[in-house]
Amino acid sequence: MADIDQVTQSVLAQIDSEGFKQEGAYNLRYNGYSLCHGNTEHIKIEKKKDKQGIDVYISGETKGEQVHIPVVVAVSGMTDEVYNDFYVEEGAEVVIVAGCGIHNSGCNDSRHDGIHTFHVGKNANVRYEEKHYGEGEGTGARILNPVTKIIMEENSVFTLDTAQIKGVDSTKRETEVIMGENTKLFVIEKLMTHDKQNAVSNMDIYLNGAGSSAQITSRSVAKGESGQVFHPRAIGNAPCHAHIQCDSIIMDQARVCSIPEIDANHVDAAIIHEAAIGRINNEQLIKLNTFGLSEEAAEAVIIENFLN
Amino acid sequence: MLEVRNLVFHPLDNGVEKSIIEDISFTVEDGEMLVITGPNGGGKSTMAKLLMGIEPLDSGHIIMDGIDITDYSIAQRANAGIGFAFQQPPRFKGMTVARFLSLAAGAQLSERVCCDLLSGVGLCAREYLNREVDGTLSGGEMKRLEIASVLAKPHKICIFDEPEAGIDLWSFSMLVKQFEELHANKRESLILISHQERIIQMADRIMVIKDGKIDAIGKREQVFPGLVGEDTGCVCRSKQHKA
Repeated sequence: MADIDQVTQSVLAQIDSEGFKQEGAYNLRYNGYSLCHGNTEHIKIEKKKDKQGIDVYISGETKGEQVHIPVVVAVSGMTDEVYNDFYVEEGAEVVIVAGCGIHNSGCNDSRHDGIHTFHVGKNANVRYEEKHYGEGEGTGARILNPVTKIIMEENSVFTLDTAQIKGVDSTKRETEVIMGENTKLFVIEKLMTHDKQNAVSNMDIYLNGAGSSAQITSRSVAKGESGQVFHPRAIGNAPCHAHIQCDSIIMDQARVCSIPEIDANHVDAAIIHEAAIGRINNEQLIKLNTFGLSEEAAEAVIIENFLN
Repeated sequence: MLEVRNLVFHPLDNGVEKSIIEDISFTVEDGEMLVITGPNGGGKSTMAKLLMGIEPLDSGHIIMDGIDITDYSIAQRANAGIGFAFQQPPRFKGMTVARFLSLAAGAQLSERVCCDLLSGVGLCAREYLNREVDGTLSGGEMKRLEIASVLAKPHKICIFDEPEAGIDLWSFSMLVKQFEELHANKRESLILISHQERIIQMADRIMVIKDGKIDAIGKREQVFPGLVGEDTGCVCRSKQHKA
């Protein structure tokens, strides 16, 4: 078993809600290299030979197993670019827990770009959880720029649950999903920015297969002088259903821009979008005050549950 | 005991001072049920909000068990023992019913306690615990949950603003039973704003507010006969209905 220092353990506790253990299938990337990794009978993790990153092979026999592949960057001034490819065989059922935490206590920027590609076989069911988090007393920025590409074969189901908890100074997320026949996609995106942070999230969902459906839910809270831009796009190229819902709470001097885009190229493509940006509802605050909660506590409860 | 002395509320409406509550004084004894009724727009809900500190009063005093709580914030009044059920409760995205009730109780409630609270207001508990208190709940479900939230912990005084509004007939009977039980226990003083005859008839005393003033106050048997047939717009057996 590899030794994991205290800083890394505390970052892992933030980004891996299931609890990271050196058991089952796992790979802990620490400061640009694989600190420890393990395989199981059904899930094999191999280091890439031509560039940084891993290939994860999930067999069709996999039923309910988890793979944990967290990344921790704990040095100031590091840029870590990593390519992770997931090959999920027909019929597999798997939970992939990723996430990246940066601890920057220096004055140089630390950056992690995770480029993930998922090849999801027929009838497979994948849940992918990804949490991003930054901490450290340094003045150097904590930057995370994830790129996620998901290719879904017929009848597969993919749940993308992403959250940026706090402490990430700059993020630009690029997500692309190519959906085959009768595939189902669920995206839950949660984001909080504070101070002078910036976040951009672009998402292109191509509903190419007949009977495909996508539900995209985005919830965000912008505090301080932070800025957020969301641009989820659903492109219906076949008889399909898609629903995009973006809700943001804006506070202080923050800025939020929400641009849901729906693009139908088929007469039976049914696509809906909803977007709302607003401050914390005063009636909600008063209601929680009547439970005995102070203004600050009520505000914290509303945000916590909104991003729950 | 709650003592309300000379409450006045004159908010500005487009720069013009409006008289909403005009010198209202009354008391509520321990364990007493006071039903406030009267025509729409007469100032009942505003009165309730002044008691809870949701609206700022212009003058007057609110005294609970001998302590002047006039300057208390909403949260301080809540912690002093006042519970409040809104006429139109707000919704909370992302908050589960179980979490909502635990917040109301001020402690993490067990599933069993949550179930008892929900069953008490006619909601099938298991179906609701993990549901969100958001737009997926109907108006009637929200109202019942609102009442359950006030019943989630003991109070000295509970204020219910039109608890019957939006509730179906079957749930209404259950609600009346809940209030009867609460009243029978005499552990909490109850202030109910209502237009419903069944609720008004449960009162120990009735207060009629009209045009921001007390139009009548007294024991049920004294005030109620005067309501029937009066053009207060507050009971179902008004002249119009009779006709």
